[in-house]
Amino acid sequence: MSLELRELYQEVILDHNRHPRNRGKLEQPTGFAEGHNPLCGDQIQVYLHMEGSTVREVSFEGSGCAISTASASLMTEAIKGKTLKQVEAVFHEFQEMVTATGEAAEHPDLGDLEVFGGVREYPVRIKCATLPWHTLKAALKGQEEKVSTE
Amino acid sequence: MSLLTKKPVDIQSIRRDFPILDTLVNGHTLVYLDNGASSQKPTAVIEAMNEYYLHTHANVHRGVHYLSQKATQQFDRARELMRVFLNARSGKEVIFTAGCTASINLVAQSWGRANLKAGDEILISTMEHHSNIVPWQLIAEQTGAVVRVIPMTDSGELELDVYERMLNERTKMVALVHVSNSLGTINPVKDMIHSAHRIGAKVLIDGAQGAPHLRIDVQDLDADFYAVSCHKMYGPTGIGVLYGKQHLLEAMPPYQGGGDMIHTVSFEKTTYAELPFKFEAGTPNIAGVVGLGATVEYLAAIGSRLVEEPNVELGGRLDACFEWIGDHESDLTKYGTEALSEVSGLKLTGTAPHKAGILAFTMDCAHPHDVGTVLDNVGIAVRTGHHCCMPLMHRLGVPATTRASLGIYNTKQEIDSLVDGVKKVKEMFG
Repeated sequence: MSLELRELYQEVILDHNRHPRNRGKLEQPTGFAEGHNPLCGDQIQVYLHMEGSTVREVSFEGSGCAISTASASLMTEAIKGKTLKQVEAVFHEFQEMVTATGEAAEHPDLGDLEVFGGVREYPVRIKCATLPWHTLKAALKGQEEKVSTE
Repeated sequence: MSLLTKKPVDIQSIRRDFPILDTLVNGHTLVYLDNGASSQKPTAVIEAMNEYYLHTHANVHRGVHYLSQKATQQFDRARELMRVFLNARSGKEVIFTAGCTASINLVAQSWGRANLKAGDEILISTMEHHSNIVPWQLIAEQTGAVVRVIPMTDSGELELDVYERMLNERTKMVALVHVSNSLGTINPVKDMIHSAHRIGAKVLIDGAQGAPHLRIDVQDLDADFYAVSCHKMYGPTGIGVLYGKQHLLEAMPPYQGGGDMIHTVSFEKTTYAELPFKFEAGTPNIAGVVGLGATVEYLAAIGSRLVEEPNVELGGRLDACFEWIGDHESDLTKYGTEALSEVSGLKLTGTAPHKAGILAFTMDCAHPHDVGTVLDNVGIAVRTGHHCCMPLMHRLGVPATTRASLGIYNTKQEIDSLVDGVKKVKEMFG
């Protein structure tokens, strides 16, 4: 296996793809949204339980590639217990990391999410990593229309 | 009787005609298995287009000057080559378009507006490309006609008995794909056309994947319309052909108005040009047409290498070429089907006995997008996704597949590389 490919498919990503965390529906969610990447057919549903402005529970369902599945799984772990403001900050930094050009920067605040740093080398795969986040954003806003990457 | 000699074609000599095949991808020699999306171009086609721009270019059908006449000559010659390629009766039946999609839209709008009314039925099939679905939905919306869908078996064959029962006096158009881009299935279009004609319906065949793999004979098929895309048959992008029976094309109103498609224009009354020009408004894609002519000649030249007798006419050389293409690609498809079938956790989609050049599959352990990325890493180009056939993917119950689509320059070694690549996917995700 080549080095670049290992950089993209890091062990953590492969693990979360095989064993996604927080997968399934939430009963009576306070927030819900659906996302779709028409290019590859990835579908995702994000369920939220908010308590005030804090994410109490979050889960996802759907079908997608390893990058989008692992991204959804790691996203749910990263945002549970966080306030809206904190979630927005993480999303912002995550997006910056996967779309950055030039030298790779460190993103210690992202924790496990840093494993998606390799995605930036694969422009067509960036949308796979960000689809769960865009869908989350829609769920937070109570947006009913399906989110599309196109 | 076969026209072929026993001499095998030197596949390496074919490969040398396509310089792009030497490209290195991530340190590996390119293995190009995305011919269904677009095939590569031989030097002969690239040079013909270059030559045209360097030494011939001028507008066609209007100038009295040297270059215009030379360009017109090449343009008209390409139409004659394409007439033979399709075995149309006359050049009037060969309309140049921007591609297969444009050809289908032309028929849907021009023929459709003149012939469809509320309650009329348009039959399409489950395995249509979006380009043979959406134009019919658009005209159905405009006229009140209804689009109905011929079902398909799990192996990827149309349910012909259901098709026969669906045909009725309201059926006005049957629009069918000749060869499925996602499954490779070769549909029995000749018989299906015959059935449609019995009840008076017209038939359009989407030949985007037919023309690169099969010898097309529109008269033998008795197709009313046949749509072709040139970039999938080793020709340039942005050019396609619509074949239509002359009496149908004559009765159809123009599709687009403009220069070249008129006879006389006044503010009171405009009269339209004769076929085929009536449907070719505006300055055409002349370089594309010249490239298309060179493509037909290139394929015929492959045929020449195979035919024993000298002086075989163009049609005969194309017969020989496509007989070889059929044998070569079905060898590769069989070889690939057997090799991929042995990979556990891999499921082939599209297992019809009669198919052309497509190896599509899904894997238990990995999504097609991941399969595509891993294969690309070792230089193998495949298509992943829904292949512009979302209703078909829905019928198959998968969001997407990985598709290797074969062409004249592919080899068994390349199939071996694909199988090795697929095994790498298993190592990584399994």
